[in-house]
Amino acid sequence: MPYHSIVLVKQVPDTRSVSGDVITPDGTMNRSALPAIFNPEDLNALEMALQVKDQHGGTVTVLTMGPLQAAEVLRQALYRGADRVVLLSDRKFAGADTQATSYTLKCAVEKLGAFDLVFCGRQAIDGDTAQVGPQTAEKLGLPQITYAEAILSLEQDEIVVRRAFDLGIELVKCKLPCLLTVVGSANQPRPPSARKRIAYKLACVPAEYPRLLQQWPDLGDEASLDALLVQQGLKIPVWNAADLPVNEAELGLSGSPTQVYKVNYVVLEGTESKDISPTPEGIRALIEELVEEYIVG
Amino acid sequence: MSDNFFLDNPDMQFRLERLDLQEVLEIKEQGYRHHAQHPAAPRSYADAKDNYRLLLEVLGEVCATVIAPRAAEADEHGAVIQAGEVVYAEATQAGLQALRQAGMMGAMLPWEYGGLNLPESVYQMMVEIVSRADAGLMTIYGLQEIASCIEEYGDEETKQRILPRFGRGEVAGAMVLTEPDAGSDLGAVQMRATLDEATGKWKLDGVKRFITNGCADVHVVLARSEPGSTDARGLSLFVAERDETVHIRRLENKMGIHASPTCEVQYNGTPAVLLGKRRFGLLRYAMALMNGARLAVGAQALGIAEAAYREAYRYAQERCQFGQPIAELPAVARMLLSMRGEIEAARALLCETGRWVDLLKAYEKQSAENPDPALRQKQKLASGLAEALTPMAKFYATEMGNRVCYQAMQVHGGVGYMREFNVERHFRDVRVTNIYEGTSQLQVVAALGKLLGRALDPLFEQWAAQDYGPELAPLKAQLLEATDLFHRAGDFLKQQERPVIDYYSLDLMNMALPLFNSWLLLQDASASERKRLLAQAYAAEQLPRLHSAGQSILRADAAPLAARDALLA
Repeated sequence: MPYHSIVLVKQVPDTRSVSGDVITPDGTMNRSALPAIFNPEDLNALEMALQVKDQHGGTVTVLTMGPLQAAEVLRQALYRGADRVVLLSDRKFAGADTQATSYTLKCAVEKLGAFDLVFCGRQAIDGDTAQVGPQTAEKLGLPQITYAEAILSLEQDEIVVRRAFDLGIELVKCKLPCLLTVVGSANQPRPPSARKRIAYKLACVPAEYPRLLQQWPDLGDEASLDALLVQQGLKIPVWNAADLPVNEAELGLSGSPTQVYKVNYVVLEGTESKDISPTPEGIRALIEELVEEYIVG
Repeated sequence: MSDNFFLDNPDMQFRLERLDLQEVLEIKEQGYRHHAQHPAAPRSYADAKDNYRLLLEVLGEVCATVIAPRAAEADEHGAVIQAGEVVYAEATQAGLQALRQAGMMGAMLPWEYGGLNLPESVYQMMVEIVSRADAGLMTIYGLQEIASCIEEYGDEETKQRILPRFGRGEVAGAMVLTEPDAGSDLGAVQMRATLDEATGKWKLDGVKRFITNGCADVHVVLARSEPGSTDARGLSLFVAERDETVHIRRLENKMGIHASPTCEVQYNGTPAVLLGKRRFGLLRYAMALMNGARLAVGAQALGIAEAAYREAYRYAQERCQFGQPIAELPAVARMLLSMRGEIEAARALLCETGRWVDLLKAYEKQSAENPDPALRQKQKLASGLAEALTPMAKFYATEMGNRVCYQAMQVHGGVGYMREFNVERHFRDVRVTNIYEGTSQLQVVAALGKLLGRALDPLFEQWAAQDYGPELAPLKAQLLEATDLFHRAGDFLKQQERPVIDYYSLDLMNMALPLFNSWLLLQDASASERKRLLAQAYAAEQLPRLHSAGQSILRADAAPLAARDALLA
């Protein structure tokens, strides 16, 4: 039977390519100094949702909250096979911690309508909290399966998932609908499809119309472009606070109990030591660990 | 390591930008009317060029991030045969899966079969990118000519049955021509095709050898359909689908391209469908099929050369001897410069060849619908150039690929000879490119008539008539002089005895290529200072060789040939 999935994704600065000028003197991050990418584990979540669609049919809807530039990750999702995408963007959403973010996502998921599965990446590489998925599940009143590595079976309204931890695995059976947070070892995310890359090349949000018209003067003006994109299903919908049934006090900065008190530079000192066996296996394990932790790579 | 094999290659982007497909696409895209039905179809010429760029970007990403990192593994494990079934290396399977997911299969098929309706010239760029990542995988990916061949010559039922599966990437093709006693001489093919008069169905019996990816699902097979015949006129081309009557007897143990299974295939009463007309199997269809495949092999060699050059360049920057990076040493710089010039020349040549092949196909299509004398004239020009340039491009790109890999290993010194370095694999992989799909020697035979018949003159005349500005005037003058020498040598050779013509035909090829390439690079030279310098550097290296080959022809010394028996016996 077909399953309808929603995937929650995030555009993040590529913290794997941090260089000298990324941290500003006041300790905050200069986001423009880093390329914006699809959060890696969110790609794994999308892949898992696409595999469900490949095997069982259904649809994949991708949702992201962020500035208008985050339309890029939605396009990336379309290139890989998403059926529908929505961008949540509003100044009122800005400054959100995981609490306010999950609240906003919950409201948007409810607006999307009936679904069977929600997929999130385990955590984003810019915050590393791993909280947004669980909090969203909580607010939606859904059972959650975190650290999902594989769907072992999916029949009727029941799913069996393998969870992966450092020390082993766990098999969980759960009723649908439910929410999964997916780990990086789950799969090899598929590349974009060239056909979809071409077919969706005009997909954009209205803020991008000037850029598009500059490249394609033959598409006329913003009004004619808008009409064309709507007709071809290429206009990426942008939902703001007014489009959602929300309590504005729970959004953005005002809805965020987390307050950043102080940012410290941390100088790591070699207080801990670890023996690495001088064998190819030992060295490979060390390198894998460093890559995994985004220390090298 | 790069993360995109298209975006990190300015020369390839330059080629795509300069590639003039306006006329080709107007015909091929039938006035851009497919867009409404096929979202990936272009709505204008500019849109099409942009789409090709996006396509190559996606491919470049897949090749750099998924395929190339496992190419050494694919080479080490190779394809194996287990219980009669060919099993690709895991890395090869992953690469194919990524190419399928990226929608790269069926690239040249028309929209109606789920293809991308790509022109040959753009497809060859795809082949180059795949080959740069993994030359062995290219032979599995790059056999899309099979689908085009069926599209061109198959009956409607066969096309509907098979082509959509190519478009979806579900099936791969094999080009099944060679036999133990019919390699270069395909007219000697023995494989039997028997027609059951009662049912009107064909069956195939016999053994084929050296079949690249012979485990593929769809085979295009050359077989003797006319009992009692002994030459090419008794051969027809068939399509067969692999079933239990087809046995893979063994895989060859090769020097390179290990990811690519080279099969010995036995057919035992295998059902088959005739492609096109009887008796034209080799003379018309297989020749056409091979011409496409020759360009693909040229692109394969170019891709390997690009990979090897980049290894050599990086190594030469990093390796310090005598207190400096070895790239600073003139002897090493000379090798790198030579490689770089030859690679860009080969890319220009392949692209120009692809363009004429595309034009020829477009004109053929148009004249089938609406013949007119002006069109016939254009078709004749395109046909002459495509026929001359295809063997030239195959010859040049594959010989160049071998030279570049040889030099790339030389730049590495001792470590390049070691398995740990990629250049060792490139050196092994490239070696087959000037052997299969017609040896270099056969390419000379294929081009000779065209060269003696002055098939390239329309382009030489057009280029000679152009003004390239004062800075490039000396280069143009050199090329005019070289063109004159080429003509004199060709006209002189034409008057010699046949064995002398054949003996010195290689020299004529070795004149035609640097000359043609230098003219091509001169066309680019006004685009940027870099391209001007490249054109001058290439000419400086190549033109003296052209003169030397010219002298060789003009002397037409029969002595070596006459001494053959005395010296070789």
